[in-house]
Amino acid sequence: MRPDLEIIADLIKPGARVLDLGCGEGELLAGLQAEKQVNGYGLDVDPDNIAICVRKGVNVIEQNLDQGLANFPDDSFDMVVMTETLQSVRMPALVLDEMLRIGQECIVTFPNFGHWRSRWHLFLKGRMPMAPHLPHDWHDTPNIHLCTVKDFERLVRDKGLRIIQRFVAGADHRNRPRMSLMPNLFGAIAFYRLGRPE
Amino acid sequence: MAKHSAHEGSVGIVAPQRFHATGEFALQCGESLDGFELVYETYGQLNAARSNAVLICHALSGNHHAAGYHAEDDAKPGWWDTCIGPGKAVDTNRFFVVSPNNLGGCDGSTGPASSNPATGEIFGPAFPTVTVRDWVRSQAALADHLGIERFAAVVGGSLGGMQAMQWAIDEPERVGAAVLIASAAKLSAQNIAFNEIARQAITSDPQFRDGHYRSANANPDMGLGLARMIGHVTYLSDFGMGQKFGRELKSGNVSAARDVEFQVESYLRHQGQSFSQRFDANTYLLMTRALDFFDPAGECGGDLVAALERAQSDFLVLSFSTDWRFSAARSKEIVDALIAAGKNVVSAVIDSAHGHDSFLLPLPRYISVFKAYMDRLAAAAGSAASAGSAENAEAGSADAP
Repeated sequence: MRPDLEIIADLIKPGARVLDLGCGEGELLAGLQAEKQVNGYGLDVDPDNIAICVRKGVNVIEQNLDQGLANFPDDSFDMVVMTETLQSVRMPALVLDEMLRIGQECIVTFPNFGHWRSRWHLFLKGRMPMAPHLPHDWHDTPNIHLCTVKDFERLVRDKGLRIIQRFVAGADHRNRPRMSLMPNLFGAIAFYRLGRPE
Repeated sequence: MAKHSAHEGSVGIVAPQRFHATGEFALQCGESLDGFELVYETYGQLNAARSNAVLICHALSGNHHAAGYHAEDDAKPGWWDTCIGPGKAVDTNRFFVVSPNNLGGCDGSTGPASSNPATGEIFGPAFPTVTVRDWVRSQAALADHLGIERFAAVVGGSLGGMQAMQWAIDEPERVGAAVLIASAAKLSAQNIAFNEIARQAITSDPQFRDGHYRSANANPDMGLGLARMIGHVTYLSDFGMGQKFGRELKSGNVSAARDVEFQVESYLRHQGQSFSQRFDANTYLLMTRALDFFDPAGECGGDLVAALERAQSDFLVLSFSTDWRFSAARSKEIVDALIAAGKNVVSAVIDSAHGHDSFLLPLPRYISVFKAYMDRLAAAAGSAASAGSAENAEAGSADAP
């Protein structure tokens, strides 16, 4: 399993009900189903991804996050996961609210725009940053709501959400000790495990 | 080798078989039949563990002839030959496929055109009302006859999908997976309205004679044709019709205009005419009624989640973007209820220009998801069958090569 997904999988209890928003090729859910008897569903819109998920035996539902999640009742999942998708939805703040309405907790990961590479790229070249964790050209990117670690934390604070766990990793999805010292500068991918306001 | 049996991806020449159920068969409406017959076809081989059977449920105007050809010179194969055959979505190299004609049908199973054993006369309009639930029970009797305890999958499009859903609810232990394509948990008022117009077209035809047209040696061709024309409009999309027919004139210019001028008129008339030759009017009324009344949630106080909680099977729910007869939103209702009930479900909305009829077409994305899902079931059925050879059991010898 991809290292970031392994980190997420470790946070999920056996037998949990898990909803994976933007589940891609279903790697996380396939792993959780096999190892933790998780009852999971993944949402995605990419036809190729859906066929791949089906081959893996993942419960994949074709649904566009931008059309809302109103079909999922309150408290219907133990954990709602969204890996590197927050930055491509139309209303990230609303999606976050929805994740914590549907699930007791949620895990969100996103590419950190505050990473030194992005800053350096913009500072030195004067052009929209491209980096291993941000591989798209500005006009051809699904990422319409990029943010930094600080930006995200401000949103979380404004909403009064609980940060249960957080850490950052490199573009290879691996965590190294120095990153935690200055996460907004050295983290390429940020992980947050969030709970509802207290 | 002759042409159809040599067709790649075809099950080749097939022959229908008959199943005769004896004894009283009580129907949901309160009436009963003194035995009944179902005509059916099978494709592929039942494995030794009997774990690879797939039931195909047909839609409103379908029948048991789902795949292959009845004769070398048949112009067309069975109605779902795009999806059933060697290497296809429902792979007959791996599955044993059972495809019956529904009770009340007009292609060989007991129905309004059959003779009533009590009177010796044709049932006609006296044939009792049958429901989707009755169909499931009659198909279960056929499964018993074939020695199939559990289907790896029950598969259907449209009204066939409703049967697959009812199977999952009524026979939870006998269904591995229910495949619901372009279907709905119940008809909308608009759906019922179209059915009612179709029924009115039939019953108001003077040749219908209150359903006793056969004994009068007549047939409500006009009404049945009109019903089919209405149906056809709802099966296609506006865009698809535009693509297929546009505003093309048969003669090419307005001054030469005759009675039938636009290509779409001619197409609909042809569809109506050929349908009235092959389909029984009383069966059409009965089938549309069964559609109208289908509502498994209704029996649980309108709660579809509660209705589906009984199911133990997995589900595949597919819909098509331009289907307005059973729209993608109707499939989504089913999917949402299945998630709420905690069932395993896969769903996809296939982009297609062809409306409701899409489920019969070889659309690459549709076939790829459908096949990926069925292949997983086949693999599971194969492992259930262990390493034993696929020696066929005495029941259900297949016609396929």
